[in-house]
Amino acid sequence: MAAGTHYLPGLTQTNQPSVQTSDDAAGYYELGDKLVDPHAPTGPIAERWTTRKFENRLVNPANRRKLDIIIVGTGLAGGAAAATLGEAGYNVKSFCYQDSPRRAHSIAAQGGINAAKNYREDGDSTYRLFYDTVKGGDYRSRESNVYRLAEVSANIIDQCVAQGVPFAREYGGLLDNRSFGGVQVSRTFYARGQTGQQLLIGAYQAMERQVAAGTVQQFTRHEMLDLIVVDGKARGIVARDMVTGDIETHLADVVVLASGGYGNVFYLSTNAMGSNVMAAWRAHRKGAYMANPCYTQIHPTCIPISGAHQSKLTLMSESLRNDGRIWVPKKAEDCDKDPRDIPEEDRDYYLERIYPSFGNLVPRDIASRAAKYMCDEGRGVGPAIEEQQPDGTTKMVRRGVYLDFADAIKRLGKDGVEEKYDNLLDMYERITGENPYEVPMRIYPAVHYVMGGLWVDYELRSNIDGLFVTGEANFSDHGANRLGASALMQGLADGYFVLPNTIREYLADGPFDKIDESHPEVKAALDAVNERVAKLMSINGTRSVESIHKELGSIMWEYCGMERTEEGLKLAIEKIKELRKEFWTNVRVLGSPDSLNQDLEKANRVADFIELGELMCIDALNRRESCGGHFRAESQTEDGEALRHDDEFAYVAAWEWGGDSNEGGKPILHKEDLIYTAIELKQRSYK
Amino acid sequence: MKVTLKVWRQENAAAQGAMHTYELDGVSSDMSFLEMLDLLNEQLVTNGEEPVAFDSDCREGICGMCSLMINGQAHGPEVTTTCQLHMRSFNDGDTITIEPWRAEPFPVLKDLVVDRSAFDRIIQAGGYISANTGSAPEANSVPAPRDKAMRAFNVATCIGCGACVAACPNGSASLFLGAKITHLGELPQGQPERWSRVVDMVGQHDHEGFGGCTNIGECAAACPKEIPLDVISQLNKDLRTALKNGH
Repeated sequence: MAAGTHYLPGLTQTNQPSVQTSDDAAGYYELGDKLVDPHAPTGPIAERWTTRKFENRLVNPANRRKLDIIIVGTGLAGGAAAATLGEAGYNVKSFCYQDSPRRAHSIAAQGGINAAKNYREDGDSTYRLFYDTVKGGDYRSRESNVYRLAEVSANIIDQCVAQGVPFAREYGGLLDNRSFGGVQVSRTFYARGQTGQQLLIGAYQAMERQVAAGTVQQFTRHEMLDLIVVDGKARGIVARDMVTGDIETHLADVVVLASGGYGNVFYLSTNAMGSNVMAAWRAHRKGAYMANPCYTQIHPTCIPISGAHQSKLTLMSESLRNDGRIWVPKKAEDCDKDPRDIPEEDRDYYLERIYPSFGNLVPRDIASRAAKYMCDEGRGVGPAIEEQQPDGTTKMVRRGVYLDFADAIKRLGKDGVEEKYDNLLDMYERITGENPYEVPMRIYPAVHYVMGGLWVDYELRSNIDGLFVTGEANFSDHGANRLGASALMQGLADGYFVLPNTIREYLADGPFDKIDESHPEVKAALDAVNERVAKLMSINGTRSVESIHKELGSIMWEYCGMERTEEGLKLAIEKIKELRKEFWTNVRVLGSPDSLNQDLEKANRVADFIELGELMCIDALNRRESCGGHFRAESQTEDGEALRHDDEFAYVAAWEWGGDSNEGGKPILHKEDLIYTAIELKQRSYK
Repeated sequence: MKVTLKVWRQENAAAQGAMHTYELDGVSSDMSFLEMLDLLNEQLVTNGEEPVAFDSDCREGICGMCSLMINGQAHGPEVTTTCQLHMRSFNDGDTITIEPWRAEPFPVLKDLVVDRSAFDRIIQAGGYISANTGSAPEANSVPAPRDKAMRAFNVATCIGCGACVAACPNGSASLFLGAKITHLGELPQGQPERWSRVVDMVGQHDHEGFGGCTNIGECAAACPKEIPLDVISQLNKDLRTALKNGH
């Protein structure tokens, strides 16, 4: 569509479609057709969702019993959807790889959940939450989706309270709120530092109630290994029973993926050990587009790596930056000294020095990158750990900066600090063995969340008919960066309120033709999975799955982490291609496929992470701008801040699988223009 | 550090298991207990032996997936989950015994992995508040007294790991049960189903083969979330009231 065309009839656009003039990823991809959301709503933004709910067809209760829905994942998005669709009377089959739905990684979210309740009468509204979320996402999300998210946020709190979620309360018995993530209103509901746990238990209990009622069948310790597509429609999944090793097919009228994010492509992240991309990636290989895969959120305040044995990273609430001061030694030779022996004049409070007005409270990405630069310069602290350099040599690097509470203790007293941060400081001591009241804490950034995911339209449908994607697994609501306390909001919004209202429009055409295991497409999917498992078991090389995953993680972290460059990304793509060959010729998977085999589970997951990693690098290479969690060194202001290029990149990059890259396949890029009518695009500034 | 590990190995649910001894060198005191087991597994794979199967997921003490009896104690010597236990709690040269949760309702699936689905079934029996999506009243329309809401929260922090059962000489899940009864029973929203809930959940608990409570208190001592023993008093009180009133 030519520039200047009105996409949304009757509404004034605040921006024009981008025209990309750079082409850093030339040769690595094919350019496909432009993508348009086939179910985009029209009309004034505040009426779109109400109108859509009315227009979407209904399925009468007698027919619901004849419709089968598969939901993969039992976190907030999947668990809430299973409960709600079960209550509505559909036949739901719910799958999770853990031993119980209650363990999904939503449980680890600490801070809270946003909702535009305006209980504080501090000027909050649906529109303000919408505006903050679009701006926080650096203008790379879809306006209509985000508005809907803000709109249903208030219903989520009502629903959770009714289920018995024990939110924090005031003395009068009403709900308490706090402010979070740099916004100026108090709209975050919380249950101490365990909000995710309490919300998930609420969804889990609602789902278990439906299991008892017979509407939801739960399959724990089951992992989806492929999507079954028949006549262009998603009709089921191939799953492995992780206890018996049986490869099973499960068929349905519709498939919902609520399988979470893929931060573990970096090996080290704050994700759970089992979090993986397989469900989404298998769907991608069957034709579903993967959108904005390079958008990764890196959290500045995590506990640093203590050695090569590190298996995961633990986040500590960002609130610590309110009172702690961040510094590194001025001289590299001081880095292994006891920090208490380093005099004030030899300390570099670098955030306060570089960003005098915001100091230690600069946004997540700036704080993260600054810590990386200090450590790259050789001024990091903590244990020196071997790192591979671009030229293949290794070097010992200290990856940590101090977060010092000494001044806060002087100002507030030890009791004052304890009252505010006790549980966090305890957790730190448990993990590191160091007492943060006496020795400055050490922190370092870590991968925390991915904004990218499978492409969905306004109805949460992927481009494959009958395949819906919700929660972190889709790309839709957070743009290039997610605000604090918004992940829980999106998961539950999708699960309780959005999906149940959009899936009925699709299911109104069902039940679809019955298919069974003898259908050629079903057999083909099953055979392909059996072949893949047999292949993994037969390579019998010399390298553990774990060692290959670690190597992938270090490539991704080095070149596709906090700072990305054209040169580095190209190098990474080559390295990943080699690693992929290495995996498929030299991995060693022990044990038997016909039993509980955690090595095999991991091998399946890592194989897909390798392919995803390559696509993430290509996406990052193409996007020669800095936005939200994606920072390209070539695109920054004089002050080192992220510089967007709306003229070139105000679009969603939706990638179609184009075949194995080792066999010459190239991903196909479909661009979906992001056109705004309710919001004007602005460049952020922290000066 | 160097440690000697005595680990329970069992091929599958039907197989006979046995303790195996492994020597492990190069253990750092900064490793978590599970990272120490990762190291063991890396060594086993290198030697062509099948790695030890054990459960873990979040590795930050909240999902409840990890377990393990370590030197006879559920989650080991500290009041925390196994994933948050670090090797600095042990000494160079120690011999460490590692077994799966020991309780009949938690059958071993392989090595250190057990089946805890009985807990899901106890929740299915009544561990919820019936509130269909969309039917909820405005959240602030029903105030909940702050002290009761706080007690509800404190016991709702149960992670369903099963340490209470593993620690109990009777194999009772009363602490798990009491935590849920207290969580939902302290809130105004939990009142309509309060009496049937306790009867149904206790019935399922007994049906699953968990033992009765004899006030030993090992459960609360082993609980990584420090759920207090008084939830069992609450459980008994609610059950008594329910039965007296003919539920």
